[in-house]
Amino acid sequence: MTTVDQNTNLAQPNVVADPEELARARRKRNEKIGQWVLPALVVVLTIIAWDRIVTVNELPHYILPGPDLVLEALIEDWGMLSESLVVTLRITVGALLIAIIGGVGLAVLFTQSRWVEMSFFPYAVILQVTPIVAIAPLIFIYVDNRMVGLLICAWIVAFFPILSNTTLGLNSADHNLRDLFKVYGATRWQKLRYLQLPSALPYFLGGLRIAGGLSLIGAVVAEYVAGTGGNASGLAFRILEASYRLNIPRMFAALLLIAMTGVVIYALTSLVSYLLLRKWHESAIKREV
Amino acid sequence: MTAHARPASSTLVGEAAIRARPNVLSMNYVDKVFGRDVVALKDMNLDVNEGDFISLLGPSGCGKSTALRLIADLIHPTKGQIKWANPRAANDLSVVFQEPALMPWATVEQNVYLPFRLSGKPLSAVKSDIDEVLALVGLEKFHGAYPRELSGGMKMRVSIARAMVTYPKLILMDEPFAALDEITRFKLNNDLLALKDKINCTVIFVTHSVFESVFLSDRIVVMAARPGRVIDELYVDEAYPRTETFRTSAEYAAHCRRASDTLKHAMELGQ
Ligand SMILES: Nc1ncnc2c1ncn2[C@@H]1O[C@H](COP(=O)(O)OP(=O)(O)OP(=O)(O)O)[C@@H](O)[C@H]1O
Ligand SMILES: [Mg+2]
Repeated sequence: MTTVDQNTNLAQPNVVADPEELARARRKRNEKIGQWVLPALVVVLTIIAWDRIVTVNELPHYILPGPDLVLEALIEDWGMLSESLVVTLRITVGALLIAIIGGVGLAVLFTQSRWVEMSFFPYAVILQVTPIVAIAPLIFIYVDNRMVGLLICAWIVAFFPILSNTTLGLNSADHNLRDLFKVYGATRWQKLRYLQLPSALPYFLGGLRIAGGLSLIGAVVAEYVAGTGGNASGLAFRILEASYRLNIPRMFAALLLIAMTGVVIYALTSLVSYLLLRKWHESAIKREV
Repeated sequence: MTAHARPASSTLVGEAAIRARPNVLSMNYVDKVFGRDVVALKDMNLDVNEGDFISLLGPSGCGKSTALRLIADLIHPTKGQIKWANPRAANDLSVVFQEPALMPWATVEQNVYLPFRLSGKPLSAVKSDIDEVLALVGLEKFHGAYPRELSGGMKMRVSIARAMVTYPKLILMDEPFAALDEITRFKLNNDLLALKDKINCTVIFVTHSVFESVFLSDRIVVMAARPGRVIDELYVDEAYPRTETFRTSAEYAAHCRRASDTLKHAMELGQ
């Protein structure tokens, strides 16, 4: 942590460089490079090893296709796979948005009334602890529209971390500040807007990062349960379909797309979190020592 | 900002002068009981007058914070009354806590703006007030800084600026400097007196430090614990402005000795 008044005398000329500080700067730079290079290296090595294992053992492509075949499937079936990717993305993003609105909305409602919280929080917990594969078939019986059913399933999986984290955050506002708001006669709305919501932001963003991944899992699982989907089929359905046809390279290609989607969601939610907190929150501030 | 300023009250000190000041509020036989049987305050009487600098001095657990919270209307008396001489308006009262209690997501300027924001004033209308008070606490260059970028003493300055920006009648301070080092504390003591003089308010200041209470206040209310109560009131009959020379004077030492003796007596009573 730096304080502003110390900052002003940092850039003095003729200051002898401290060897320890120089070493630290070097280490930091190396770490930064390593952060990207090492994982990339591991990926490359894995692909090479995979390719070697397949060729040396002469594995047939319906048991384990080599990386070249998977890439080929990805390119050849791109028309179909990209369509499915869009479907899966739509469900995932839709469910996440509803989870955000519903989770934050419920959390705000809960903090406005202890009674509402006591009455309804158990239901949220029950929804969360019951495995989605157990609920999903019922949902598809009662909901005619397949897309809506998928959205509901993904939402059920994703909304709880947002609800519980935001509730915790709204209640964790500094008690002195709460007293101060009371002394100044703040209204309920002012307290929510200027104290509770900003206090809850880091907690909410933590929940969002988890919920992003969960909504993708929810979307995929729900689609497995929902089964055949005709034209509006997501990536999970493509995997099922490809497995019936023993088209293993396409299964891998679809799997690859799902994994990439998950990584992108995680990266995006982390980026949003960093951008919103970098000015003030400890989690977003790199310690310098 | 000068528009809000009240005419400077007399700098006369001493018991007679203080008793002649107009009343701001009084606590009459106030009890506060927590839970079933924790008597935090018993029969507390206190007349707060315009321009007083009152220190509440006493051992831990004697109900100093409880008294402040009662005055701030954050909790209510079990028995007795707290009466304001004039009906209390929204910005008549400010509080400073032991922690600076700043909003970490807001800049220094936004933090100081808080009381105005809560009373519905746009920033543009009070910008000059904020600039002035930040200059008074020596933070004119830190409008855009976030609390994490400030040292402990600077954070406390922001907290004090926030409390003073509305020109309140009464400021309650609960051990505001207890967590600071001595050099910073002395500096803030001096600045606090200058600020009080400037905005012409009344202060109730909770402290554990005999030295701090003597330097700052014209009245020291000494309290004892179990049950929390007022056992004595001392007057520090020394004119303001008080400077570093006062800190080293024989009078100062005499007042400190008197206050220490009373405090020691209070501790014995609370055993
Ligand atoms: N909310 C509460 N619930 C129960 N007991 C309380 C509460 N607040 C204070 N007390 C009790 O009331 C008594 C007075 O507490 P208070 O905080 O006013 O003391 P204090 O003089 O401010 O002490 P310190 O110097 O340590 O801050 C203590 O015995 C404390 O345990
Ligand atoms: Mg206290």
